[in-house]
Amino acid sequence: MSFPILSLTIWLPILAGFLIIAVGDRPARKLAGIASILTFLVSLPLYFGFDSSTATMQFQESLAWLPSFGINYALGVDGIAMPLIVLTTIINVIVVISAWEVIKDRPSIYLGAFSIMTGLMVGVFSAMDAILFYIFFEATLIPMFLIIGIWGGPRRVYATVKFFLYTFLGSVFMLIALIYMYNQGGSFAIADLHELALSKDQQFWIFLAFLAAFAVKIPMWPVHTWLPDAHVEAPTAGSAVLAAIMLKMGGYGFLRFSLPVTPDASAQMDTFMIAISLVAVVYIGFVALAQRDMKKLIAYSSISHMGFVTLGIFIAFRLIAKGDASGVALGIEGAIMQMVSHGFISAAMFLCVGVMYDRIHSREIADYGGVINTMPIFAAFMVFFAMANAGLPGTSGFVGEFMVILASFKTNFWIAFLAALTLILGAAYTLWMVKRVIMGPIGNDKVAALTDINSREFWMLAILAIFVLLIGVWPNLIGGVMHASVENLVNQISTSKY
Amino acid sequence: MKLLYTLIPLAPLLAAIVTGLFGRRIGRDNAHRVTIAGVAFSLLLSCFAFFHVVIGNAAPFNETLYTWLISGNIRFEIGFLVDNLTVMMLLVVNFVSLMVHIYTIGYMHDDDGYQRFFCYISLFTFSMLMLVMSNNFLQLFFGWEAVGTVSYLLIGFYYKKESAIFANMKAFLVNRVGDFGFVLGIAGIVMYTNSLAYTDAFAAAPSLVGQTINIFGDAEWDVLTVLCILLFIGAMGKSAQAPLHVWLPDSMEGPTPISALIHAATMVTAGIFMVSRMSPLFELSETALSFILIIGAFTAFFMGLIGMVQNDIKRVVAYSTLSQLGYMTVALGVSAYSAAMFHLMTHAFFKALLFLAAGSVIIALHHEQDIRKMGGLRKIMPITYWTSLIGSLALIGFPGFAGFYSKDIIIEAVHASSIPGAHIAYWAVLGGVFVTAFYSFRLFFLVFHGETRMDKHTAEHAEESPKVVTWPLILLAIPSVIIGFVAVSAVVYGDYFKDVIFVAEAHDVLGELAEEYHGPLQFISHAFHAPAVYIAALGVATAFLFYILAPSIPAFLDSRLGFLRRILENKYGFDDFNQAVFARGSVNLGRQLWEKGDIKIIDGAVVNGAANSVGFMAGLARHVQSGMLFHYAFAMILGLLAMLTWFLFV
Repeated sequence: MSFPILSLTIWLPILAGFLIIAVGDRPARKLAGIASILTFLVSLPLYFGFDSSTATMQFQESLAWLPSFGINYALGVDGIAMPLIVLTTIINVIVVISAWEVIKDRPSIYLGAFSIMTGLMVGVFSAMDAILFYIFFEATLIPMFLIIGIWGGPRRVYATVKFFLYTFLGSVFMLIALIYMYNQGGSFAIADLHELALSKDQQFWIFLAFLAAFAVKIPMWPVHTWLPDAHVEAPTAGSAVLAAIMLKMGGYGFLRFSLPVTPDASAQMDTFMIAISLVAVVYIGFVALAQRDMKKLIAYSSISHMGFVTLGIFIAFRLIAKGDASGVALGIEGAIMQMVSHGFISAAMFLCVGVMYDRIHSREIADYGGVINTMPIFAAFMVFFAMANAGLPGTSGFVGEFMVILASFKTNFWIAFLAALTLILGAAYTLWMVKRVIMGPIGNDKVAALTDINSREFWMLAILAIFVLLIGVWPNLIGGVMHASVENLVNQISTSKY
Repeated sequence: MKLLYTLIPLAPLLAAIVTGLFGRRIGRDNAHRVTIAGVAFSLLLSCFAFFHVVIGNAAPFNETLYTWLISGNIRFEIGFLVDNLTVMMLLVVNFVSLMVHIYTIGYMHDDDGYQRFFCYISLFTFSMLMLVMSNNFLQLFFGWEAVGTVSYLLIGFYYKKESAIFANMKAFLVNRVGDFGFVLGIAGIVMYTNSLAYTDAFAAAPSLVGQTINIFGDAEWDVLTVLCILLFIGAMGKSAQAPLHVWLPDSMEGPTPISALIHAATMVTAGIFMVSRMSPLFELSETALSFILIIGAFTAFFMGLIGMVQNDIKRVVAYSTLSQLGYMTVALGVSAYSAAMFHLMTHAFFKALLFLAAGSVIIALHHEQDIRKMGGLRKIMPITYWTSLIGSLALIGFPGFAGFYSKDIIIEAVHASSIPGAHIAYWAVLGGVFVTAFYSFRLFFLVFHGETRMDKHTAEHAEESPKVVTWPLILLAIPSVIIGFVAVSAVVYGDYFKDVIFVAEAHDVLGELAEEYHGPLQFISHAFHAPAVYIAALGVATAFLFYILAPSIPAFLDSRLGFLRRILENKYGFDDFNQAVFARGSVNLGRQLWEKGDIKIIDGAVVNGAANSVGFMAGLARHVQSGMLFHYAFAMILGLLAMLTWFLFV
């Protein structure tokens, strides 16, 4: 076994997290900063050492953990998981920057919780054993629960319980499904689950169990209502991580479990999945338009963008039926691209709101107006990220949407038609917010007293802006690594399991 | 050559980045120096490209710069296609852009956003160049949206003004409606050709003839018609064709130099350029061409009418732009692509001239834009006066001037065409000639002739603009006079577009006209046998009568026909309709969905049972909250492990 990069990327931030909590508030920031940068550096070989020509799991590690149940500590990544892991470690650095001087209340626990969560999320994306995946998947709830519950807004108790119940209930069904399949096939290895022969009925119920877990997580309409509440109450970095990474666990779950484990049931359910994805894009787009709270608006925008992820994934089966395998790959790769891009953009949007919230302590759109007059540099960033959120070509926000629209058109004209409405809706809700918050004459005395971003905030946003631009101008950086894995996935889901 | 062509868009981009990021540090003078150098360099290279491709007869350059993405067997690339059509656009864009850059030094002299402005217009130039140089649909869409974004930034340049930030959002959203169609069109192209490259799409087009796509119920639609109309919807947004024209008049909220560059000479012509570029597709669908023709004819005539009642100097010119874009669209509809491109070029010069002249008047009068408060500026501003006269004559089609050739050819082409709708379109463009002449000279007389209606203070301080302003006027006036005479033989009747624009034999009206064409001088004498010249003269005469000889007539007419004026001033109700139905309607729909759907049904009714238990849990959580975080966290981890054990062992 070679050098355990994945274990290091998981356990370095987790152990560092506990250490940060243990050493107390004073050295916490520096320690967290060092830990986050080290974690990021440790994760880099995953990208640069990645062999994009193969679909087999790379950087594999395996230890017997609970041999009597066939549970292994098995790690490995493919081209679908790897970009999400690097995204996670980048966002972790951003989180530390964002919290640097803002969190006054028990910063050590705050930063520790984020550090631990980073490790856990990397675990989610690198687990090759279903139980290990499940444990990481659930364990991420704990630090997030604490983050919202302790540093959240006034209705944090309501929001945390809603968040916890919703997502926990969903994933319990997944656990049941996993145990059921263990009884059938005698293995928890995800690769074995992919091979496991399942009848039509078995697949149907397992699909629903997975759906309960992942649809809540990503979230899909109509099980999305926990997200706006959680976002509104969460502290800035909490929202950023929630939107940037945690939602992606749902999308990742669909790709890692639902599709390859239950391909026939997925195909059977695809009309339903496409329909609720489009509801997310259109219905939620309109709902976002009516929001008065900036964080709620961005939260709804996230749901709408995640609709593109599920859409890109589930049009696959129609395209397979049409014999258009390349269209399938386009849709799925578009979905992954959308996830990565949304990781950067949504984090940036929430951080932008956070920058204003730190100064004025309001998220209400009506409490702002003319921020550009007092914060011109910040305004430039905000307009840039807003444009990215609206899917402007040249930013990462365009890439995934474009790919999914192209693939949708190959599926059906009307699917593409409804999906493309996001061009108008996304621009409308984002730019209208920008107009009311950023543009115009100075809205009130509080806005008049604003000071522009300091260098910490500048670099926090600049790093994200660089990634958003980089992916927008050259998406092949990410697209290149996932072809083999996606092709493998397409083969898996093209063959019936019974 | 690749390096050279790459430098054409790159030079303005680099200049924009430098001024954008370091504007404050390098100062105002360096900001305009850097950006002007960038555009001038780009223009120089464009001239070189012109000599290489057009004079030197080099084969079109069509190469990939880099691969943006590969997915699903589709190569998404960034690359350049440089042929006669591209070169023409390069020259027009860079020349007008350079003029506008220079002009801006004078116009924005006292503005705080000086560097920002230069950054934006250079960024715009870059985007527009990428658009016209593209060899594939991806990059076309890139440039398409990028010019729209810079336009958004520039319309909202005065971000404190409520009307400006409303106008820029409106412009962006209306353009997005167009782009919505455009992106679907591109998706359709990808579906049927599995490629984004122009050459692949054009090569595959003939095989699509006769294929159908199922859209509504059982009805089978011709694929090419659907694709072409979708693409054209994009052009309707960008080139402001009714009913997506509503953003252009409002875009006048931006500073005047960009009205000249973006909202007259270049960006708004992107749609015309695009359709000309796609002629191998559009030629295969007569239905789509008819659709284009009708939309264009409507825009040409009815938008011109609105121009007759406007009192804001820039808005008159803006409605004139709408109307002229309608003319170009009409030309596309009758397959006279060369004529459309020719009018695009001549219009770019004289309309940029008219806008910049209007700007010159505006600065002289300290940002007064109401033409009712002007008058008598002829003596005070001689250069602006004479260049405006040239621009106006070019616009109305005074024999020999640039617009005369381009517009007359369009009218003739419509006359000769037999495509469905050509008959109505002919009357529309002919009527448009009168309208154009009338509003142009109404503006001209009200601004420059007659008694001055300015207040005393303004009148005393009014003076001719500085040289950085007047020189671009003069330099634009020259092509406004001669470019038609010089270029008409080659561009429209010659083989300038021979290998670039494809025209089906049945549609080749310009080919028919060419048989009667014997040089630009004969063209003038020929024009006197057709009605357009006389109609234009009648328009000028009417304006002269109304605003110089007997100024009581307009007031008299207004007392009798006030309702007509009100219809025109309300712009046929487009804005009110959009505002009520689309803007307010969408927000209300969103609110209903949110309050009824999310809050009442999903959270209220469906999750009601769960909501009670949420309350119960919250009650429990209160008990557990000892205030000690570790207890809290520890309990949760224990609980999770316990549950896990339970699941595993039971």
